[in-house]
Order: sequence, then structure tokens, then C-alpha cells
Amino acid sequence: MTHAPTHAPTMAKLTLAERLRPWMPVLLVPALMVFGFLTIDSSSSWLTLTVSGLAMGMMIFVIASGMTLVFGLMDVINFGHGAFISFGAFVGTSVLLALGAMTGVPSLMLNLLAIAGAVLAAMVVTGGMGWAFERVIVRPVYGSHLKQILVTMGGLIVAEQLIYVIWGGHEIVITRPETLKGAITFAGAALEKYRLLAVVVGLAVFLALRTVMRRTKVGLIVRAGVENPEMVQALGYNITRVFVGVFIAGSALAGLGGVMWALYQEIITAHMGNEIMILVFIVVIIGGLGSVEGCFIGALTVGLVQNYAAFLEPKLALISNIALMVAILMWRPMGMVPVVKAK
Amino acid sequence: MSDPILQLKGVKTDIAQYHILHGVDLDVPRGAVTMLLGRNGAGKTTTLRTIMGLWKPHQGEILLDGAHINGLNPAQIARRGIGFVPEDMGIFSDLTVEENLRLAALSGQPIPERMDWIFAAFPALKTFWKSAAGTLSGGQKQMLSVARAVVEDRELYLIDEPSKGLAPAIVATLARALKDLKNRGATILMVEQNFSLAKALGDHVAVMDDGRIIWSGAMAELASDTNLQERLMGLKMESAG
Repeated sequence: MTHAPTHAPTMAKLTLAERLRPWMPVLLVPALMVFGFLTIDSSSSWLTLTVSGLAMGMMIFVIASGMTLVFGLMDVINFGHGAFISFGAFVGTSVLLALGAMTGVPSLMLNLLAIAGAVLAAMVVTGGMGWAFERVIVRPVYGSHLKQILVTMGGLIVAEQLIYVIWGGHEIVITRPETLKGAITFAGAALEKYRLLAVVVGLAVFLALRTVMRRTKVGLIVRAGVENPEMVQALGYNITRVFVGVFIAGSALAGLGGVMWALYQEIITAHMGNEIMILVFIVVIIGGLGSVEGCFIGALTVGLVQNYAAFLEPKLALISNIALMVAILMWRPMGMVPVVKAK
Repeated sequence: MSDPILQLKGVKTDIAQYHILHGVDLDVPRGAVTMLLGRNGAGKTTTLRTIMGLWKPHQGEILLDGAHINGLNPAQIARRGIGFVPEDMGIFSDLTVEENLRLAALSGQPIPERMDWIFAAFPALKTFWKSAAGTLSGGQKQMLSVARAVVEDRELYLIDEPSKGLAPAIVATLARALKDLKNRGATILMVEQNFSLAKALGDHVAVMDDGRIIWSGAMAELASDTNLQERLMGLKMESAG
């Protein structure tokens, strides 16, 4: 028998453009910032808009990260994701209102403790809702996108009606904790304290998710499951349990995002989750289904584009995100960081 | 024939409206290589996937070490000690070679001694250890697929056409590795169209046609009888090499 080749890799010298190509999506965010800097006259306005865009992007990322994993791993189109956002916002707001004594004093420690309590309650409730949603609504329709759209839309409507039953049909106004009100001035720009906190929280969630996905066996199973769930099973891992775990985690993240969005808007309604879902879908699609990194880049891009466009050409802001999605899909039809191949 | 580690009794499997397996009876002896041969569409891949639980049989029994495994999900079956190399290799393209192997090690990290053996058998996997599996060549992917199944000791290995579409030199590398695995006392049930490779590795053989086992016996018997080969598989096989 003849011997196989040695398989020594031969490498061609890549051009700069070829070396940069895999990093192009990552470079999109700084490129947008540079574009904004060059087109916005005042550097302080640019800084304010950039922080605002990043904060908005981070909140959308927190909400969308669970959705992209559910979409990628389970091939489930969950229109009910918006229900978890709304429920998270209402549960979190209820806790914050109940902890008024902690949010009303100018103590950063007490304020953050109150927010942590609200976030924990929201995540527990929405995680539990996610578990029930997967078992009752989603599990019978695995493999059928049309049925998924119909039943998850139905689930969303039921969840919204539940909010009306529990909290009433009116909007609820929520004020931010004392130490997170107002802005700090940096380089002549007014930066809202809460938006800075949102950037920090979003970044922490991204790094935690990335660490789990890249460094742990669970993350390895999820990444492999996004690509080939059947083979993951054949290797000895119960993919159904992984599905359920991801669904619960994704719902809990939506709950966290709901609390963040509530404090950002300072007003909550039963259909707020449904309204954000348009942005969430855009982020999931342009990021690439199943990709946490793509979702992160996509969310920041959406946040920056929306804020820059609203400042530069307010009328354009209405279509800026749809235009962004069209442009990115023309550039990368599978999204910026594609993980799921066509099934 | 030694006591069978795996027994199929009257296994029937349907895929959608198609009846694929029409009652497969098969004994896979422990510590030997059993080759599953047959024409395209005979039901060989369906048999392996049915054993693995990826397709559910609607009738019949599948026993591993005397215990029923039909009705279990693929993960439970894999954890009973079956390593599986699917026909399409089932490589996770976006994971690195290292991650593919780490995922296959159910006990945690791959055992260093076993990794030394894998690297000796498939040096390319060491070269591309940190590369995404999707960047490997077809032969290297097949090596990774086999390596993933053998990264830990298993009771039984199900290997589906490892030589499919590969250059002769790569097939030779795979053959050496599989022979080495056999010499370590592994039990293998392998689907193969390359009769030379089947002959070189197999101790026993079962020939399938139309979803049934139509002949089974010693590989030496089939290898030495060209008329039997032609009758069973409709092909005139070379008697040597």
C-alpha cells in the first residue's frame, strides 16, 4: 500500500485585503464611528450619539442573543420572544417600584442592589415562562416554520393579555434610580449615566456568553448543535435538554433586556416587546443565524446607524435599519458571521 | 462465531412512506470486524442509522449486550458504548479539530495515550489541530470523523463507508488505522463498497439486498468465491488485492 501525503500545509502569501476579509464585520462598527465623526460637525454631539447608539445596541444585543441561539440551534422562529421582553419589563418594574426605598436614595450601592433584584426576578420569571413556552407551544411544532410563526404569535397575544390582566391596560411610568439619573460631562459631551451602565452590562453579557460558548463543554455542544444537531446526539448528548436549556437562557436574557429597555424608555406597555422585535429580527438576520458574535456586531451597528441617521437626516431614520439590512444582506447574504448553513 | 455484542431481529424501518428495511436479522460478533456489503439502496446506511437510533424501527428488536436499545434516543445509545462514523462524516465545520475531538470525549478531555495513537495514525490532525474542521480536505475530514469515534474506547464502532470518494493513498491511511483498531480488539460493524478494503479488514460479512440480509458468513468464504460475489452483489469482484 502506498503512503498518504504528509499533509504539510502550504500557505500562499495573502494580500492585505484577503487578511482583512474575515475581520470586515468586526471593522464595521469602528468604521461607522469614523463615518459618524467625519459627518457630524460637533465632536461632543458625535460622542453623545455614539454612546447612545452603543447603549441601544447593547440592549438590543442582550434581547437578541437568546433569539439567535434559539433560531440557530433549534431552527425555531419564535415570534413570542417579545412576550419575554414585556414580561421582564413588567416584573422588573414591579420589583423596582416595590423597592422604592432603595431606588429613591442617592446611594449607588442601594440603587444597584435594587436593579439586581429586579433583574433577577425578571430573569427567573421569563426563564420559567420560556420553559413553559417551549414545552406547551413550541415543542409540538418543531420542524414546521409556518406553524411556529402562527403558534408563537398566538403565545405572544396570550402573554400580552396576561399582562393586561395582571398589571392593567395602562402604561406604567418608571423613574430611574437616583444615582442613574442625569448625565456626566466628558470632553464637552453629555453622557447619560444610565446609557453608560447599559454599555457596561451589555459588554459583560457579551463577554460572559462568548466565554461560555468558546471555553466550556456546554458552549461546544451548543455550537455543534447549531450546525448538526443529529451528530451531537450520535456523540452522546441529549440535544433536547440542550434545546430547552438554550430556550430558557434565551428567554431569561430577553427578560434582562426588558428591564434594561424599561429603564431606558422610562415607560412600559404590554406591547413594548412586540415593537422591539422588528429591531431584534433585523439584528438576528444581519448578524447571521446562531452567531453570538454576529448578533453583537449587528446590534451595535443597528444602534449606531439609528442614532446617527436620526441626527443627520431625521426622515431617513425611519428606514435606516431596513436599508442597513438590505445593504448587509447584499454584501453577505448569510449574515455577517454565518453559523447556520442552509437547511 | 463468538457471542454477539449486537443482535438485530426482524428489524423493519420506514422512512416517510418508503419501506426501507424489510426485516433485518444480523449478529455482530464481539472483537471482530463485520462488513455490511450490498448494492446502493440495499439498506446498509439505514441499518446503521437504525441501530444508532437516528431512525426508529417500527418492528423488530435491537439488542446491545443482550439489552434492548430500540426505543432509546441516539444519545442514550451512544452512551451505551457505540461510536458512530456517519456516511457524510458529520464533521462540525465551524469547530476546530481539537474541539471536534474534545466534544467526542464523553468523559471530559481526550486521553493523552489515545491522542498519541490518533496523531500517529493521522498526522494531519496534529498539523491542523487549531484549524476549523471545515478547512480540511475530504480525506482529512474522514480521518477526523474516524478519530472522533475512537477518541475513547467504545463497545462497538459503526462505520459507514469510510473510503467513499477518497484517493487511494488516503484510503490506505484509513485502512491502516482501522486495522490497528481491530488489532486492539475493537468490535466494528462497517459498511463498505470498496471490496478490497472490506476484504482486508473484515472477519465476517453480511450482504444486504432490498432491505434484508441475504447472506452472511466468513469473509474468507466470500473472498475466495467469485461466483458467490457475483451472485450476491451483482458485480464481478477481483479475487485479489
